[in-house]
Amino acid sequence: MADFTYTLLIPLIPFFTFLLLGLAGHKMKPIMAGLIGTSGLGASAILAYSAAISYFWTGHSAGTPYTSIKAFEIPWLHLTDKLTIHLGVLIDPISVMMLVVITTVSLMVHIYSIGYMKGDTGFSRFFSFLSLFSFSMLGLVLATNIFQMYIFWELVGVSSFLLIGYYYYEKPSAVAASKKAFIVTRFADLGFLIGILMLSFNTGTFDFQTLTDPHGPAIAQAGGAAFMGLSLLTWSLIFIFVGGAGKSAMFPFHIWLPDAMEGPTPVSALIHAATMVVAGVYLVARLFPVFALGAPDALYVVAWIGGFSSLFAAVIACTQTDIKRVLAFSTMSQIGYMMLALGVSGYGGEEGLGFMASNFHLFTHAMFKALLFLGAGAVIHAVHSNEIGDMGNLRKFLPVTHITFLIACLTIAGIPPFSGFFSKDEILVAAFHSNKLLFAIEYLVAGLTAFYMFRLYYGIFWGKNTHYHHTPHEAPKVMTIPLMILAFGSVFAGFLPFHDLVTSDGKGFESAIDWFVAIPSVLIGVVGIVIATILYKKESAMPDRIAGSLKYLHRWAHRKFYIDEVYLFVTRKIIFRYISVPIAWFDRHIVDGTMNGIAGMTVYAAYAVKGLQSGKLHQYAFVFVSGAVILVLIFVYLV
Amino acid sequence: MIQNIPLSYFLTISTLMFFLGIYGFLTRRNLITMLMSVELILNSVNINFVAFNKYLYPQQLQGHFFILIIIAVAAAEAAVAIAIIINIYRNFKSIDVENVDEMKY
Repeated sequence: MADFTYTLLIPLIPFFTFLLLGLAGHKMKPIMAGLIGTSGLGASAILAYSAAISYFWTGHSAGTPYTSIKAFEIPWLHLTDKLTIHLGVLIDPISVMMLVVITTVSLMVHIYSIGYMKGDTGFSRFFSFLSLFSFSMLGLVLATNIFQMYIFWELVGVSSFLLIGYYYYEKPSAVAASKKAFIVTRFADLGFLIGILMLSFNTGTFDFQTLTDPHGPAIAQAGGAAFMGLSLLTWSLIFIFVGGAGKSAMFPFHIWLPDAMEGPTPVSALIHAATMVVAGVYLVARLFPVFALGAPDALYVVAWIGGFSSLFAAVIACTQTDIKRVLAFSTMSQIGYMMLALGVSGYGGEEGLGFMASNFHLFTHAMFKALLFLGAGAVIHAVHSNEIGDMGNLRKFLPVTHITFLIACLTIAGIPPFSGFFSKDEILVAAFHSNKLLFAIEYLVAGLTAFYMFRLYYGIFWGKNTHYHHTPHEAPKVMTIPLMILAFGSVFAGFLPFHDLVTSDGKGFESAIDWFVAIPSVLIGVVGIVIATILYKKESAMPDRIAGSLKYLHRWAHRKFYIDEVYLFVTRKIIFRYISVPIAWFDRHIVDGTMNGIAGMTVYAAYAVKGLQSGKLHQYAFVFVSGAVILVLIFVYLV
Repeated sequence: MIQNIPLSYFLTISTLMFFLGIYGFLTRRNLITMLMSVELILNSVNINFVAFNKYLYPQQLQGHFFILIIIAVAAAEAAVAIAIIINIYRNFKSIDVENVDEMKY
């Protein structure tokens, strides 16, 4: 067994670059700050790759299951003997896989940002925030216990807040979006915290290794006391999943994700496509044995929330006109896929196909979705607009972006041999064997995905000849090279033997492509692409006619099914008016009133008696003497 | 001889002195005069001490020693009071007690 203590450095290097850039960044030349951040992340990436190679291959004897290793752990907060919070590094297949994903995407985004953010006033601030985010995300995946995960969970929330609101000084909408993202996920995190407390109170531990042990206390208690027909363990896992759903923008907590696109595009690629939003998936995967063995009902909830979110988001994505928003809903839809795959999975061996498929899709999705966002960033960089209506026929001007974007679209549409085909196929197979209705939904979503992605692709690179104020130009090399690297990853990531590496119980299993599912899923992808080609390759009136004939559906989908409005109605009209206003009145008049009343009475009493302190010596003496006389009279005559 | 003077004479004189002192203290405005009134009060008490000692416990001397202490304290008090009065004079250019009410309320 290899020694993995050095993996501690993987999150710590970005932490130090964050401190350096945050404290001294404004004194450096911008390019210097960019280089420091990027090289720090590069060092982390090299360490992550070597950890992955030694964990999966060189340091591992073939045929034995992958075990989880605590590479490092210190007691961080010792409250009582029973309640001690540790910080440490946990190495197991999913955390190593996440290390690779995060460092790869983050490194690409760092390199890309040097070009994208060039000339921006907050250049070093941007890079320090990127480092902070990378640190938090790496700490999150390496957490040895659920409390450490919660700490880093909040840290990624803060970094996301800071980066969405990066343009706070010029865009009020960015400020609103960052607040919205923070508040919505905070509400979900409340659920997470309740879940943590319930789970650890019952099991007496925060530690992941103990919790996920199939013979451990968590799973042994599965049949404990019940509330509303579900066991306590199920409830705590549902609450934990609420936190995961908030971070992963699952329905009904998805409302922050489209608005989060106010942030700079590299941030969207890193945080809101590839890494942070899959934290919810990672959380469920991390606790997967508890879900699968202890609380299948909670897993059922996960599956349906995931399935519904993926369909819901795919429908909305077909009608959006802002390219980043299309990608945001696409992200939500793909994360729905991952959640669903976890939800339909069982534990161990072939049963764990969904678990493997979910992580596989997480891996490939990180590559191609980061590529899509960075490609969209290059397009926005060229035409200075987010609207599809302002674009068209860009394939001549942006050849590299065009090719890489096309690869990413084919990948997400699930066309073989690109990586999306393999991972999506595994998810569909897992769903097919578990729940036919969910399979049907996902099958439909696969078609919708192909359709909206190619609608986007044709809208940007083909279609009408838009007149540009100045000729769009291809992005500089520093931006196109990350695109090419990610395109390479998107094409070939599908050939990684995930079913040997990342499985629910650490043991590999045989997995082959199930052509019975794969061929129809490719076909529906092709159908989606063909429809998009007919409608959008050349400028035509047909899309508008179709939208007109589906009047209500189109309008509802375009307005995102009015979920934002529902939230506003519930908060403003109901919660604010009928709960907050009476509470505010009570606070202002009863609580404050009592305190102000006491203070006012004291002041009044002071005014009433202040005449005694007249400063006249004679008056004092007279009072004193008459007091003495009265006392004498009392003692002489009355006592 | 002193034995022939009844106790009530002493008590009468000391009561008169006492109330003269009180009256002076309450009516005079000059701080020095007020201080003198306080001395009158103290001395009336001293007379009482000596008289009671003599008539009730002729063999003992506690009353005498007590008035020695009172005289010493009165001297110290006079020193302090006069020091205060001098300072008041420096600040207010008068020793009229009516003016010394700056610290009220």
